[in-house]
Amino acid sequence: MANPLNAFEKRKQALQSLKQLRRPNPDKQKTCPACQATIEKKKLMSTFYVCPHCGHYLTLGAKRRVRLTVDKDSFKELGGGIVSTDPLDFPEYQEKVRAAAEKTKIHEAVLTGVGRIDGIPAAVGVLDSRFLMGSMGVAVGDKIARLIEYADRRDLPLIIFSASGGARMQEGILSLMQMAKTAAAVEQFSENGGLFISVLTHPTTGGVTASFASLGDVILAEPGALIGFAGPRVIEQTLGEKLPEGFQSAEFMLEHGFLDAIVERKDLKKALSQLLKLHGYRSQAPSRSITNFLPGGKDRSKEQNFTDRTAARDADRSADADADADSAVSADASDDRFIAKQIDPEPDLK
Amino acid sequence: MAGKKDAKPNLTPAERVALARHAGRPGTAEFIDALFDDFFEMKGDRLCGEDGSVLGGVAMFHGAPVTVIGHRKGRNLDEHLRYHFGMPSPEGYRKAGRLMAQAEKFQRPVITFIDTPGAYPGLEAEAHGQGDAIARSLARMSRLRVPVISVITGEGGSGGALALAMGNSVLMLENAVYSVLSPEGFAAVLWKDASRSAEASEVMKLTAADLLEMGVIDEIIEEPAGGAHEHPKAVFKKLDSAISRHLQLYEDMNGSALSAHRCKKFAAMGKRYLTNLDIEQDL
Repeated sequence: MANPLNAFEKRKQALQSLKQLRRPNPDKQKTCPACQATIEKKKLMSTFYVCPHCGHYLTLGAKRRVRLTVDKDSFKELGGGIVSTDPLDFPEYQEKVRAAAEKTKIHEAVLTGVGRIDGIPAAVGVLDSRFLMGSMGVAVGDKIARLIEYADRRDLPLIIFSASGGARMQEGILSLMQMAKTAAAVEQFSENGGLFISVLTHPTTGGVTASFASLGDVILAEPGALIGFAGPRVIEQTLGEKLPEGFQSAEFMLEHGFLDAIVERKDLKKALSQLLKLHGYRSQAPSRSITNFLPGGKDRSKEQNFTDRTAARDADRSADADADADSAVSADASDDRFIAKQIDPEPDLK
Repeated sequence: MAGKKDAKPNLTPAERVALARHAGRPGTAEFIDALFDDFFEMKGDRLCGEDGSVLGGVAMFHGAPVTVIGHRKGRNLDEHLRYHFGMPSPEGYRKAGRLMAQAEKFQRPVITFIDTPGAYPGLEAEAHGQGDAIARSLARMSRLRVPVISVITGEGGSGGALALAMGNSVLMLENAVYSVLSPEGFAAVLWKDASRSAEASEVMKLTAADLLEMGVIDEIIEEPAGGAHEHPKAVFKKLDSAISRHLQLYEDMNGSALSAHRCKKFAAMGKRYLTNLDIEQDL
């Protein structure tokens, strides 16, 4: 014990305890994998998990993605308990799934649910690349197909953030079949007039690129994201040469005509909200919308929806001075685009 | 164990992989020659190219027109190289899509033959949108308003195979294989060792019997002892009658029923391997 009267010692101790406080706490900091800079974790939410030093896009888990995308407290998870039962009895597979679930706090590689974006209700799916590379097995395929069917029944717009290495090897051929299943679900949804915005994030490859992710009405990507079908290593092995710089990047895909836009992470929510509005979806705030014509309660069938909307449209038209031209047109589902969408306040998974 | 009368040895999955890839095994071109009359090949995707690794056209099957599409590996080294050993580029899938749209317009069934290691992994294929081409092929096949019969004849490798295999009925030759990735690729991805492909073949459940059990295919077409190349005529005959039989199943279905049948079939795949955890249970 130092002499308490020794002011010099006292000062030294104080300095040391201060140093202690300032010492980097690994739990509160993250190292940027690109520039190795140390980043305070607290700050990451405000920079949208983009490195403030070099602009590198850090991996975003599904839950964080939802927090950055949908309105506060508006997200409700659907089908969160759906998991597969290891169809191939694959060695060590179940342990791997369990470890991934612990890490990501979701039971499978996709998080699905409903939430609001600037007040506009939407069905939202987010693949988590930290969960066995975001690979699509039976459960991921089923959750995505259910989400699409849910959006279809409720007339919700569909937004899926992809981040995946493709089909899940450990579930074999059944993983491959999920490509057919999800592609078919999107196609049906599209035929019924639903809007699907596909957001490709790093990395989107293999069976996910070759199914639902490429079938968006609008396809967006984050800057620098790896997007392709065959993995870069497979191509290099096949060709026996190094790939050119920037090959299979979002910028490369944009240039080749496979994306509508590259959107920075901080601007994504705004872009999504803008696109939803441009397609006739409105926030649930009271407005002169079809809300007034709809009965309360949930789980209205498609037919009821259609009737309701037709009634709403007719009402709109009768109020419209310029209704003559329209009245010649028979009721057509495609007209629905012009009518504000709305959903039930309390969605549930059927 | 095989019975005394059974002339066929019990083959291991790896042996079936070898048979499925056998150089003498009949390919799409041979099946078209043997099963159909008046085949007229149609080329080009009407966008920018022609990819011969997908062979397609119109032909007569028992007196009725059908659209035939399949992977083409080629019959000699020259052709193997030209057709990338049956690995299509986006142009191939887009040509297939064009032919399927025509089949729908002229109300004729579509018969597809599957025999590919996978879609071609090349620079140009990626730049031209391999993922987009496969995704759109699947989307189109799901909505087709005519019957689709798919036959896995040799290698059914990955998305490149599935892109043409979304049939109302999926038939499979006894020694053909169908898998999420080639056994070599599978071993390389999971064990970082492509040489463990025989082991991969064992665990992947890629044989016709496994796939029938899992509900991925509907019927197995028997092959003679030694494989289809030993006695192709016997295989042609069996396949001919199987395709006729399956086409008859869909004779009375209208367009939307056919599409719905296909979607339902593929939506059900893997469902029995799902379970729903108690969601309240915290991680």
